[in-house]
Order: sequence, then C-alpha cells, then structure tokens
Amino acid sequence: MTALRNIGAILEKEWRHYFGSPIAYVALCMWTLLFGFFYNFAVEFFLRQSMMMSQQMEFGGGPKLSMNEYLIRPVMQNMAVVALFILPMLTMRLYAEEKRTGTIELLATSPITDWQIVLGKFLGALALYVLMIVVGLINVALLWYFASSPPEWKPVVTGALALLLVGASFISLGLFLSTLTRNQIVAGILGFGFALMFWIFSWFDQPTATATLKVLAYLGITNHMENLAKGVIELKDVVFYVSFIAFGLFLAQQSVESQRWRA
Amino acid sequence: MIEVTNLTKKYGRTTAVDGVSFTVQKGEILGFLGPNGAGKTTTMRILTCYLPPTDGTAKVAGYDVFEAPLEVKRRVGYIPETPPLYIDMDVQTYLDFAAKIKGVPGKSRKARIDDAVEKCRVGDVRKTLIGKLSKGYRQRVGLAQAIIHNPDVLILDEPTAGLDPKQIIETRELIKSLGGEHTIVLSTHILPEVSMTCGRVVIINRGKVVAEDTPDNLMHRLRGAAALRVEAKGDPEQLERALARVPGVAKVSVHGGSTGTQLFDVEASDGRDVRAELARSVVQGGFELLGLSQVGMSLEEIFLHLTTTDAAAAAHEAAPAPEPSAAPEGQVML
Repeated sequence: MTALRNIGAILEKEWRHYFGSPIAYVALCMWTLLFGFFYNFAVEFFLRQSMMMSQQMEFGGGPKLSMNEYLIRPVMQNMAVVALFILPMLTMRLYAEEKRTGTIELLATSPITDWQIVLGKFLGALALYVLMIVVGLINVALLWYFASSPPEWKPVVTGALALLLVGASFISLGLFLSTLTRNQIVAGILGFGFALMFWIFSWFDQPTATATLKVLAYLGITNHMENLAKGVIELKDVVFYVSFIAFGLFLAQQSVESQRWRA
Repeated sequence: MIEVTNLTKKYGRTTAVDGVSFTVQKGEILGFLGPNGAGKTTTMRILTCYLPPTDGTAKVAGYDVFEAPLEVKRRVGYIPETPPLYIDMDVQTYLDFAAKIKGVPGKSRKARIDDAVEKCRVGDVRKTLIGKLSKGYRQRVGLAQAIIHNPDVLILDEPTAGLDPKQIIETRELIKSLGGEHTIVLSTHILPEVSMTCGRVVIINRGKVVAEDTPDNLMHRLRGAAALRVEAKGDPEQLERALARVPGVAKVSVHGGSTGTQLFDVEASDGRDVRAELARSVVQGGFELLGLSQVGMSLEEIFLHLTTTDAAAAAHEAAPAPEPSAAPEGQVML
C-alpha cells in the first residue's frame, strides 16, 4: 500500500516534470508530426500499390492488399525508429538531473526504497510514451472511418503492443544509464548508443551467422518485434521484452545502491 | 535521541570521519562546528542514511541507521547544504510531493503542509515556482520540506550558508523556535551562529571530535585569555602598580604601547568584573584612561585554537594562554 503510494508519488512527480516543462509538448509534437509524416507516406504507397493491383485485376489476377500489412505495419516499424531517437532523450535526465541538482538527497533520505524510486521513474516515462502512442494511433483510427473495408483491429493492437514493448525496453535501458552519471548529455549519448546497438544486433540474424552472432541477434530488439507486428503474440517475444525491461530496472536499482556504498 | 558511537567513514584511502562519538538529548539543539572538510556533512549524511558508515554505529530514536534505515528516515528531517528543490515546481506542489514521499498520510497531509508553510513563513509564495524564489525563500522552503512529516530529529547542514544578514537572523530564529519540539543537529562554520542558537557544541576537525561542551563552558575552559585591555597615558611602571592594586585583579602584563600611551592586559581572578574599579583607579591615580575593553576569547578563537593546535592536546588543555596578539583588539566577548 505504502509502496504503491510511493511509486505513485514519484510517477506523478516525473509526469509533472515532463508537463511542467516543454519536454512533453515538444516530444509529443515531434512524435505526432513524424507519425503523420510516415502515415501519409504509407497511405500514398498503399493507394499506389492498390491501384496497380486493381489494374492487374482486369487480367484476372492480383489479390486485395491488406491494410494491416502494407499500411499499418510499416508505420509502426518506422515509429519504433523514432522511439529509438526520442526515448533516450526522455530518460537521460531521470537520475542524472537529480544527482546534479542534489534533489537525489531528498529522495535518498526519505522513507522510500530505491526500487520504488526506480519503478516510479520508469512508469513516469512510460506513461508519457503511452500517451504518445495513443495520440499516434488516432491516425490509424481514421482508417475505420474512411476505408471502404476497415483493417483487422487485432494486429493493430499487437503492433501497438510491440511499439510499447520496444519503447519500454529503451526506457528501462536509458533509466539505468542515467543512474551512472550526473551529466545528462553523457546519459543521453550512452542511452542512444546502447539502444542503437541492441537495434543493430537484429541485423546479425542471417543464415550464415556464427553462433556468437546468433546469440547477439537474439538480443536484437527489433527481431522480437516482427511477429507482434504481424499480429502474432509469441510467448518468447513477450518474455524477451519483459526480461529486458526487468533487467534494466534491476541494474538501475543495483547501480543506485552500489553508488551509495562507493560514495 | 541521537547516539553516535565510534563512527568512521572512509572514502577509499581518505578517512572523512574518524571514530566520532556524541549523543544528543531530546529537544536539544546541537551545533556541529568545524572547518570545511572536517567531516560534518559526512556525519550528517550517515545520520540521515544517505551514506552507510564504514565502522561504528549511529542510532536515531533507538533505530540503527544501518539496520532500520526506513524507520530512521521516517523520524528525520534533513536539509543538505544546497536545499534539494525542484525548481520547476511551485512551493505547494513541492511540499505536497515531499509530504507524500515522507509518508504523511493523505488525511493529515493538508494540515501538515499548512503547518510547515506557516512555521517557515512561505505562505506568500505558495503558488510561486521555486526557481523564481530568492535564496532566503528557497532555504525556508527547504526547511519546510524537512519538518513536513513532523520528525523527531532535524538535521540541518549549514542552514544559513549564502544568506544575507537579515535572512540569517530570520533563519536562526526559525531554527530556535523549532528547538524543543524537535531535536536539532545543525552544522556550520559560522561561529556566532552556534553561540546564538545551540545549547551544546561539538567541534570536529579532520574527522575527529576535538571538543564537546556548551558554548559558555567552552569559553570558560579557555578563560586564560579572558582579559581586559587597558589603554592609558602615563608612566608605565606607576600605571602597572596602580592597576595591580585594584582588588580582584590577578595579573597585570604589559602588552606594549607607543609614545605616551600604554597597553596592559589585566586578568581578573575568577571572572570578576573589575572594569569600574580599574577605570576609577586609573583616573584617581592621575593618569588618563584612553580605553578599556574586554579581550575575551570568542568562539571563533576557541575554534581556531582547537583546530589549529594538536587536536588531542587541545581537548585536554584547560587553559592554554594563546599569544596575546592572537586576540584581536577590542574584541568583545560573545
């Protein structure tokens, strides 16, 4: 009970910080702008392809294109790239700023555990990201209104879930890296660098890859997104993201605690 | 209320706090005095569970800082050297947040915030962003944060650092008014502060306790230097004899003088006030009295004395007479 209240207090504080400063508005703005941008591209591409297909139809061939596959999925995948850029900037301040301004002493001397602080901060950043996804999905929702035959809703949900899990992994990673320094820029560079590295690991997933590369490929963050984006919830993918997130939070908590001992 | 036994903190090879022991009774205001880098902040950080001790124990309200940190934190209010403020929050929001994480239950939260706001006189800036507040106000908001959960113990690290004189006076009064209700440990390197606010002083230097006593007793212990400085015109020898004849005078020593004026240091026996008699005897002897002042050892000098000489020896030396020149002329005893 008290644990929940403490986590809630930290969450609310982070949320207030995002919205009490331009951070949340700029992030939401850029995210929505880019979402609309990619969405627009995808719609145009989809229309062009559909046109070509229907022309082929005259000759008796060409199936109807799936909106889920040719419109929504590419948008979601592009937005994961945007998340790769934006989220480290949202997480870099989480601990670094508290350390620099000394407010970490307020948190550390209050009857609240490191875990509660870590979770509160994680959920605070995650809540903002969820809002970003929800706002972005308004674009997709328009399809139900305008399209002659609406897309399947289930793959949209799993796609959003994939976006959420990828983003939550970045947030967890960024949160941990933010505990390592009192300099926000350093935390930001580390956060982006490592997130990109986990992204690139996915590219190692090739038939010719050696065992080491295969292991690294398994750690690749986008590999586990593909099934979800297609609409398939596979346990191993969900387990991957959940363990990735949990491990990041664990490292963050360990890092905070060990710094107290080394200080 | 606070029990510190043999507390030691090492940062790598350097020892910041070295076997410090002291106790603080309930309702007492303890001054923690020492030069920069003496280990004051480290000790306070251990007491607030911000840092774990390397060795020794510290207990607050019966709870060990190492074994029951949450219990200790519930009972301690703390302001670090720079108040831990979120500059993008307004005062009300900040105090509300502080109350939540300090475990003030929802029902009494509003009352606690109102109380802290009133005690620290920040009511007129309740809706102002902390970033826009002056330093004095920020300090008070920091103090409000520290008392928000009505803690038994308040730990204040240099609460008056960087304030202007008016703010310093206000802050001291505020701290004094909080004493009694709360047990207070306050650190400072500004000495008059200690004699003005604290009931007891612990002087710490290079991580070790050098002296521990009431401000008055500390000055008494170094009374050797408590003397009167007489400046008069006339024959030096006759003057000296005239001064020595005054009842209650224990010792007269020539301090120096220039052409025509002489300076004497007069020590009275057991703290008697012999100023009136001294003045009379000088005037009646046909000399001209030019000045009469007390050259007591201010806390400042005690402090310098204790922290510049060998620590262990200084703690035991009852009355080391420092170089007369060490006492600034005309210094009124605190």
